[in-house]
Amino acid sequence: MQSMIPPRRALHAPAVRRDPAPSRWAYRMHRLWLTPMFRTGFRIGVPAVLFLGAVGLFLADAGRRDAIAGAVAGVRERFENRPEFTVSLVSVEGASPELADAVRQRLDLTLPLSSFAIDLVAARDRIQELDAVAQADLIVRSGGVLEVKITERVPVVLWRTDTGIEMLDATGHRVASLGARSDRPDLPIVAGDGADLATPEAMALIAAAQPIVPRLRGLVRVGDRRWDLVLDRNQRILLPAKNPIAAVERLIALDKAHDLLGRDVLAVDLRTHHRPVLRLAPDALNQRRQAQGIDISGSEL
Amino acid sequence: MTDLYQSQRAMRNMRRVAMQRGVIAILDIGTCKIACLILRFDGPSEFADDGVGPMAGQSSFRVIGAATTRSRGVRFGEISVMAETERAVRTAVQAAQKMANVRVDHVIACFSGAEPRSYGLAGEIDLEDSVVSEQDVARVLAACDMPNIGPGREVLHAQPVNFALDHRSGLGDPRGQIGNRLATDMHLLSVDGTVVQNILHCIQRCDLELAGLASSAYVSGIASLVEDEQELGSACIDMGGGTTGISIFIKKHMIYADSVRMGGDHVTSDISKGLMVPHAVAERIKTKHGGVVATGMDDREMIEVGGDSGDWEKDRRQISRTELIGIMRPRVEEILEEVRLRLDAAGFDHLPSQQIVLTGGGSQIPGLDGLASRILGQRVRLGRPLRVQGMPEAAKGAAFSSSIGLCLFATHPQDEWWDFEIPAERYPARSLKRVVKWFKDNW
Repeated sequence: MQSMIPPRRALHAPAVRRDPAPSRWAYRMHRLWLTPMFRTGFRIGVPAVLFLGAVGLFLADAGRRDAIAGAVAGVRERFENRPEFTVSLVSVEGASPELADAVRQRLDLTLPLSSFAIDLVAARDRIQELDAVAQADLIVRSGGVLEVKITERVPVVLWRTDTGIEMLDATGHRVASLGARSDRPDLPIVAGDGADLATPEAMALIAAAQPIVPRLRGLVRVGDRRWDLVLDRNQRILLPAKNPIAAVERLIALDKAHDLLGRDVLAVDLRTHHRPVLRLAPDALNQRRQAQGIDISGSEL
Repeated sequence: MTDLYQSQRAMRNMRRVAMQRGVIAILDIGTCKIACLILRFDGPSEFADDGVGPMAGQSSFRVIGAATTRSRGVRFGEISVMAETERAVRTAVQAAQKMANVRVDHVIACFSGAEPRSYGLAGEIDLEDSVVSEQDVARVLAACDMPNIGPGREVLHAQPVNFALDHRSGLGDPRGQIGNRLATDMHLLSVDGTVVQNILHCIQRCDLELAGLASSAYVSGIASLVEDEQELGSACIDMGGGTTGISIFIKKHMIYADSVRMGGDHVTSDISKGLMVPHAVAERIKTKHGGVVATGMDDREMIEVGGDSGDWEKDRRQISRTELIGIMRPRVEEILEEVRLRLDAAGFDHLPSQQIVLTGGGSQIPGLDGLASRILGQRVRLGRPLRVQGMPEAAKGAAFSSSIGLCLFATHPQDEWWDFEIPAERYPARSLKRVVKWFKDNW
């Protein structure tokens, strides 16, 4: 017997089969989704944008930003203030006691202090500003010791100026002032403007003039251009601006051959290299003129 | 021959772009089904080591997506309802894309309708210098006199099938050879222009770019004729749903194509009318029990026809298979007779070898080869398309011969008219090529 009630499906389901065709937009979206660039953009770009947006929204509030900054600063401070990083002692090596005191003063650290709080580069620069310090090395050793290794400048020459006497090292840098010449009789003395800058040349001249060093009183820089050697008995040797070492060597040779400097000569002028000029003392000059039969009665000299 | 002819060159460039990109879609718009295949070109090197050479180009690609859908809005291989066809194309393309997991932009399509007509063209020129150059080939192609193909018709294929130089005929490539007169034979296939425009529009509406257009009779011939058949002369009968396509090949060139506007759908509608059943039931009965040769056994094989009328007598009907064969056979005979007429008109009986290959979905009727050999001649066989890489098992049958032929067409297209150079005389007056030619001629 056939049922009087029609089957339920016949009421609701459409009689014809559903069309499997995708709609125009579904088709286009499917094609778009299959586009490699779009796909990559969707899988990487969208999460990235969402993440950045969330972070941005969270940080948009100033209170939250301050809280995060405060927490980070607190952790950092606690870490820096641990006892492992505390510096409680400064040891200065390689310096005389007076210089060590000056270095300590220059460092100007209120110990104990965290090693993170010490700017070692700035501290080194501060120490190297001292004239007597050639080089400074700062190392934080374990056990809370800040070790400062000092290389001192060694004075090699004295520089007499209008205001006083300075000690210079081999490069011409000032080391310290000196109260009196007699404090360091072992060092040669130079004078004149710009003598400090030409210190290496002066040292070379002194080395070249080794045989007459016992008679050498000092060197005078003339016009910031050339040197004069000043010997005792007020003898003066005028050196050329160019190639003074060779001139000194020639002078030494002349002296050895003719005992030039032992005679009554006021000055030896070596500025023109092919013709040394002597300036005789007045008596010597008169004697020579008499010997040549020249009348000297009207002459001052 | 304006719009389509202009766009054929553009389609060739599109095809080249698609080959470089490596992915191209094949769309077979038939009356019964719309098939979409997606091909990936890996280059021929990948399969070179297993002994498979580049036989017909089928080793250089593999099918990575395949989908078929019931065709809607197509009658006689022509689009009759644009929106319905568009939906069917979208269904097929989307399913194939989903299987392949790639997006395709370029599609090569084939269709069976539009009343294809063949024309044989001949052209002849005197060579300027004795060596044949590209320009000479272009000039001899341009010298072919254009037949009157009728108003509103377009050129779908125009293939030079033969070149002759003086007395030597049958040259495939005359370039660089020496002679005095160059002659060519060309095969031109014209189709109805509006049908082509409809297909172009439909594919455009699916956001796809058309990279080629072919006649399905031609491409199923490529797929189902083996090499010696193509060489020696044979005909391919593609029995589709709404049309039956005929293509004749010799020397590996198609020389004739035609179509009979009858096919499997007409058999189905005969069954539907004869048995008073819906179209879908008739289709099922045809595919399950159909045949064309009745035997004594078939009198005893009863088929439940069924029905949904509520009338017990009508819903419990049974017919014998002999009755079904009695309905189907006259129509199949009619189709084959019509094919015979077209083959006779084309002069098929003058070919050296008269092999006939039946393919397409309609060729799967049991006993068809026996019937066909009585009507068409002794040398009839059933053809199955070439095997290609990655094709699903369900799509390897004779119904897919035009799809597979289209794959081969996409890989190795026959040189057509628009693939050759344009002769310098046809260029605009201020073209650079004209200048070059003038300098060549005068120095």
